[in-house]
Amino acid sequence: MKKIATGNKAVAEAVKQVKPDVVAAYPITPQTEIVEQIAEFVASGELKGRYIPVESEHSAMAACIGASITGARTFTATSSHGLLYMHEMTNWAAGARLPVVMANVNRSLGPGWNIWAEHTDALQERDTGWLQVYVSTVQEAYDATLMAFRIAEHNDVLLPVMVNLDGFLLSHIMQPLDTVEPGDFLPPLHLPHAIDVKSPMGYGGLTGPDQHFKMRWDMERSMRDSVNVIEETELEFAKRFGRQYGFTENYRCGDADVIVVAMGTLGKEAEVAIDLLRRDGIKAGSLRIRWLRPFPDLDLLKGKEVVVIDRDYSFGRGGILATEIMAQTKEAVASVIAGIGGQEVTYEDVADFVRKRSMGTEVWFGVNNNV
Amino acid sequence: MFEIRIHSRGGQGGVTAARLLALAAIHDGKYATAAPFYGAERRGAPIVSFVRIDDKPIRIYSQIKKPDMVVVLDASVMDVVDVLQGLKSGGKVLVNSQQKKEFSGYASSNVDLTGIALKEKLVVSGSPILNTPVIGALAKMGIVSVDSAKKAIREMFTDERNVKAAEAAYQEMSA
Repeated sequence: MKKIATGNKAVAEAVKQVKPDVVAAYPITPQTEIVEQIAEFVASGELKGRYIPVESEHSAMAACIGASITGARTFTATSSHGLLYMHEMTNWAAGARLPVVMANVNRSLGPGWNIWAEHTDALQERDTGWLQVYVSTVQEAYDATLMAFRIAEHNDVLLPVMVNLDGFLLSHIMQPLDTVEPGDFLPPLHLPHAIDVKSPMGYGGLTGPDQHFKMRWDMERSMRDSVNVIEETELEFAKRFGRQYGFTENYRCGDADVIVVAMGTLGKEAEVAIDLLRRDGIKAGSLRIRWLRPFPDLDLLKGKEVVVIDRDYSFGRGGILATEIMAQTKEAVASVIAGIGGQEVTYEDVADFVRKRSMGTEVWFGVNNNV
Repeated sequence: MFEIRIHSRGGQGGVTAARLLALAAIHDGKYATAAPFYGAERRGAPIVSFVRIDDKPIRIYSQIKKPDMVVVLDASVMDVVDVLQGLKSGGKVLVNSQQKKEFSGYASSNVDLTGIALKEKLVVSGSPILNTPVIGALAKMGIVSVDSAKKAIREMFTDERNVKAAEAAYQEMSA
């Protein structure tokens, strides 16, 4: 049947289908609809797992960690301040090698109080050891959530995965949604280091200076191995369900002289800007970053002019995406800071960023006069 | 692409109207998105929702600046908001009102959605429900088919009075 759903509902639908054993979550705008919907699935019996309404996001992640270490499939969802309140525990989930899956509805951080889309929340979790994917449509939110469990739970990975969707712009928009029957696409979870609750015993958790770095290296080794797992999972998904994804979504990049790089909904709307620019004879393309961790190979950008749109910022350094890309390509980019705190940015604005680009500069949309 | 901006007040069902319309368009075999603009909403405040309908997938998330059509669920909004802002020349205006209001340069229609909702006793928390009857009016204007409009309403609401209200709006609508 043809369905229509919000980004939030699509995530909840995918979670229902992977049958998690435990969902522990705390509501926060604009994520609330995800946990409301999951709570309803549990209340109605459509989802057999345990729903734990916790008193905070820190507790939500702690409950997911406690459940996951017994080998349970776990999920949580949050946003913005909720995500950052988890920060201690997000590090723990990754370090303990637990395949927790989380949906984060990207939202700005206060003050001033702001509930609208921005990527700074998730990017402040960049170095925790979580895999991060950013989606741009309701369908992709659903598909990425299904795939996140298979990737996280793969023996070569065993790291948590965060699925990011833009607050309101994607969490609350209604678009067509095709659901699938995952079947054995997602095999049962077998956590090799699961504790046995029937045979309780004490573990010494201290790892000394001669050991700790080995655990950290092992996380990085798995992060590198996850590249193949993501490729294999996305390929298998495409084979079974007909929708293909990748580390990046490349649009009309082949013969492009200039490429726009963005994440989330702005990365999708940028494609419309590319069509507009092409009609004016400007050979432009768009590259939407989907996976931020592990970071994609960006050979496609080499030797091209690159305009990076950051819906985020690292004070005293620059746009986080721009900084990441320059570290990869070793070439200057035109950095545009746009969409902060839900600032309205249209495809016409994106086309303007391209027309007025200047490599090696940073421009704040709506602040600097030259945009 | 056909772009519609819906003006209403918080609590009147403008957001649901947008969702119903998008769902009906999808049943017509089109692509559609429904996007409420979330500001600092509270009950009674003027709000806008956006619907885009196209033959190909829609990649735009920003607000509609130049709509092809404007729907006004609460005529009193027109006292505080310029509902015609950006409306394309010759664009359609549908107002929930007993009286027809002419807008120079635009194709104006009206229908008494509030009266229809009250007649069908479609009232929630003291507010008449306008989102299902308006879909009937939009079907009359050819934005979506009648069958798809009814199908969409039945998928989102179990109370058959919603379909009856849409049918009534279809009949009463000044074409």
